Amino acid sequence: MNSTAQSGLVAIDLFKPFEFEFFRNGVLVATLAGALCGVVGCYVVLRNMSYIGHGLSHSIFGGYAVAGLLGINLFLGAGAWGVLTALAIGGIVRRRPIGSDAAIGVVTTAAFAFGLAIVQLYGSPGRNADALLFGNVLGVTWADVWLIVGVSLGALAFISIGYRQLLFTTFDAEVARATGVRTSVVDALLMVLLSATVLSTMNVMGVTLVAANLVIPAVVARMLTDSFARMLILAGLVGAVSGFVGMNASYHLDVASGPTIVLTAAAFFVLAFVAGGSFRQRAAGVGHAH
Amino acid sequence: MIGLPASQTFTAGAIQPGTDMIEAAQLSVDYGVGEVLTDVDLTIADSDLVGIVGPSGSGKSTLLKALLGTVASSAGTVKKRSGLTVGLVPQVEQIDWSFPVTVAECVGMARARGWRTPWITRAERGEICEVLERLGLTGLGHRHIRDLSGGQQQRVFLARALFTKAEVIFLDEPTSGLDVRTRHDVLHLLNELNEQGLTIVLTTHDLNGIAAHLPKIVCLNKSVIGAGSPEEVLVPDVLERTYGSPMHILEHGGMRVVVDAPLGVVGGSDGATA
Repeated sequence: MNSTAQSGLVAIDLFKPFEFEFFRNGVLVATLAGALCGVVGCYVVLRNMSYIGHGLSHSIFGGYAVAGLLGINLFLGAGAWGVLTALAIGGIVRRRPIGSDAAIGVVTTAAFAFGLAIVQLYGSPGRNADALLFGNVLGVTWADVWLIVGVSLGALAFISIGYRQLLFTTFDAEVARATGVRTSVVDALLMVLLSATVLSTMNVMGVTLVAANLVIPAVVARMLTDSFARMLILAGLVGAVSGFVGMNASYHLDVASGPTIVLTAAAFFVLAFVAGGSFRQRAAGVGHAH
Repeated sequence: MIGLPASQTFTAGAIQPGTDMIEAAQLSVDYGVGEVLTDVDLTIADSDLVGIVGPSGSGKSTLLKALLGTVASSAGTVKKRSGLTVGLVPQVEQIDWSFPVTVAECVGMARARGWRTPWITRAERGEICEVLERLGLTGLGHRHIRDLSGGQQQRVFLARALFTKAEVIFLDEPTSGLDVRTRHDVLHLLNELNEQGLTIVLTTHDLNGIAAHLPKIVCLNKSVIGAGSPEEVLVPDVLERTYGSPMHILEHGGMRVVVDAPLGVVGGSDGATA
């Protein structure tokens, strides 16, 4: 009897936060953000650009400050700043013998520092700087929801239409270029998508943790499969589940959503690290059987 | 045919159908630290099987890239037959073997131009099976590319080039890192594909194991030192100018064998018999 009553109480507790619109929006955004970052993160991780998410989110913070100073739309300004930063990184890597990690380090930290200086001099634009830095998923608006839905649909369309070009360019850019794929266009569009992804998910994760959302689900998926198509799907799933579970954990544990989402994804990483080998072998066996 | 048309002049625009596939004229490439290629004249015709040889840093890979159009020339021209489809098999050292891609995915990604479904269609799956079977890779489509032998790995990337329906395939050091038996198998396969009409251009360090068995060789050291059949170019004078050190040519079983001249010996002794 006692046990039944306790189970009932647990069930009520788990569903209670869904009575609040802000929480439902937060869960929706966190789940979508996880799926979006998981899928886009596959390309980031496989291009050995894991640090770019970290750098780009910082750079976009700088963009917010500059857009606020100039009095233009914060999203557009920050988005344009992020795209410019990403394209600058690509341009520097192509034109100078500098590794992408070093170029990311130089360009994004400079863009972030510029934003910090602007905030210090003229104050924070619109949103609270702390919320941008550490995430404030409970403060998401419908505009945030629609933004992330739009970016997710855009990402789905881009990856579906350009799937083979993206894969070929990521795996073997030289050969892709030799056989007629316009790799510089593919790279530029991917950077635009990455900037849009970071921009639209920053409110959930915060500048400091958005990189984890891009990297951890992709790394978990890589440990579970040797197939690129399956990696994309698994990374999207791991990201979405991390967002959903992390948001709920955030409410019940009374801890900020960014850390709980990242810690959930990190738990998946530990599981994949321990059991990834046998999972991959079984998956290969299933593929062979079919 | 390959030749050294130094005095030949080329008209602007693409090469007309029915003539040579690719023509490089007075081609120079400069990466900003001096010329890597200087005044290279080279013609690739239908059904050629050409090996480009030369020491490290002689510009072999750069020449391939310039012919493919992925490296810009600082002078001269490269002209391709209009509509020519090309394939490239990269050096195995350039492949990211930890990349999550199965054999079927690796081959399938190559058909990327124009509107394509993200998934491999049923018709394409059939074509991939055919090309894998043709190259002796039947039943390996689900495997990760790392989980194959060296020879199989080389053939996967050859399959990828064939899947694009390439008329000419470029291979950068296709036998690098392979054992003697596998190297022989790869050479045999390339000969077979060439007999079926495929034009092949490859670079190699291996004078005796690969170059000596090809119908045509180009000796390169920034510029073309010699071009022709093994009998024409595997001679001490051309090799010494290509490699910068004296070499002997031995005859063994009707084949030419290139050996380094012993230290302190200047000039080669052509025609020695093993």
